[in-house]
Amino acid sequence: MLKIENLQVAYGGIQALRGIDLEVPDGKIVTLIGANGAGKSTTLRTISGLVKAHAGSITYDGTELLGKPINAVLEAGIAQVPEGRRVFANLSVLENLRVGAYLRRDKAEIEKDLQWVYELFPRLQERSWQLAGTLSGGEQQMLAVGRGLMSRPKVLMMDEPSLGLAPLVVQGIFDIIREINRQGVTILLIEQNANMALKIADLAYVLETGRITMRGTGAELLADESVKEAYLGKKKK
Amino acid sequence: MDLWNTVLPYILSGISVGGQYALIAVGYTMVYGILRLINFAHGDVFMVAGLMMVYFAASMPLYAAIPLMILLTVLLGFTIERVAYKPLRTAPRMSVMISAIGVSYLLQNLALYVTGGLNKNYPEIPWISDKITVLGATTARVTVITPFLTVALVFALVYLINHTKIGMAMRAVSKDFETAQLMGIRINSVISATFVIGTFLAAVGSLLFFSNYPGIVPTSGAMPGLKAFVAAVFGGIGSIPGAVVGAFIIGISESLIKGLDTILITQGAIAEQMDFSTFSDAVTFVLLIVILVFKPTGLFGEKTTDKV
Repeated sequence: MLKIENLQVAYGGIQALRGIDLEVPDGKIVTLIGANGAGKSTTLRTISGLVKAHAGSITYDGTELLGKPINAVLEAGIAQVPEGRRVFANLSVLENLRVGAYLRRDKAEIEKDLQWVYELFPRLQERSWQLAGTLSGGEQQMLAVGRGLMSRPKVLMMDEPSLGLAPLVVQGIFDIIREINRQGVTILLIEQNANMALKIADLAYVLETGRITMRGTGAELLADESVKEAYLGKKKK
Repeated sequence: MDLWNTVLPYILSGISVGGQYALIAVGYTMVYGILRLINFAHGDVFMVAGLMMVYFAASMPLYAAIPLMILLTVLLGFTIERVAYKPLRTAPRMSVMISAIGVSYLLQNLALYVTGGLNKNYPEIPWISDKITVLGATTARVTVITPFLTVALVFALVYLINHTKIGMAMRAVSKDFETAQLMGIRINSVISATFVIGTFLAAVGSLLFFSNYPGIVPTSGAMPGLKAFVAAVFGGIGSIPGAVVGAFIIGISESLIKGLDTILITQGAIAEQMDFSTFSDAVTFVLLIVILVFKPTGLFGEKTTDKV
């Protein structure tokens, strides 16, 4: 289990996270919803080690990850699909996937995982020699997810995978997230599309200006009046 | 004498000088590709490589002096990056560039201190300085070796970048530092590797370049460095094939201008020396201005892909 306790992060005097507690149990889909600037991305970036925290702890199966280098987090089995896809536009689709497995040495297993990603996203196989920059937005998101999977993570963290995609494509991405989870990968999902995220989430947290203000199952939060009003765009009757 | 026989020696020497510029230009373009930094110290590293060769050749046999010179030049490039650029990784790009200018002057002044500002004779390297005859033109063997060696090294480099894991990491890092880190790529190692390769090529280039010249002074790196930089911009900075093509174009035009008097006189076009050779440096910069006006990204340059 990925466990975050009292995590505090500040950017040059501005407190982005004011002591959050978060649990991501193995095999579940956990989602973190909240408005712009609530600290969602900061949470993921701190877990990955891109951002330094000044207090708190992040443990995975009891091992402390806070303060460890980025590679140690990846080696512990926690990978991130960054916001805005960030595929390497100047690399081919296949190379992007191989970069995802950069730290791994088990060649035969890498090839197996490559086939696995191609089964999840047949479109990527069709385009494996194409430069990633020439893919459509939806395909780039698939590639970003596939690249994340190539490290064979136990936990895959996704930052706004639906950002800027057409509704039909978003549906496809969420179906894939569920499928990946069914195959045993724990998911920590950040979304502004709260409706979609809560529908697939086993466990959900609401983050407001650096604090967790609510937690519950996806269904519970989906039914909650204040969540409805603030994040789902439905007025109280 | 017919035109071909008059022009040929100048073309040959132009190709040779172009190859030497290319070896320096690749260092500029690679560092720019990955750090978006014009490494102003690169030309001076080239000069230091030449000076090291002067001192080493005086105290040990060539088979030891050459590898030692290359090794120490590479070490110098590595150290410069670690000491002067790495601490500024998150600083504005302008700060790194100013740091590079600082390193450039530091190297020139250290060289001035060590040499006392005197011209140091470059050692005679037996085999490569021998005279040979190619297609009826007499020239030093280095003139013939240079383009082949350059092209071979550049092919090896392009293979490394396109077909190896470290090359893939370099391309990933050049696009996006942060995401590359998320994939487990150690960006500092990749950047160091870039400097190591760049300075290695400059060290080889210095060996070929200075063999053609009587001596070295502390500012000897400035002009070839500047021309190689122009070559890199001409070809499209960030592009390795671009830097090589640019370097050959600049080398050949420069050499043809140097020979223009002789060529025109033998053709009977002019009666006496017009001193066109005075413009051989100027023509490089005219080429630069022309390309920047008509194709600002250079011959093979990417379209505006500034990092966000």
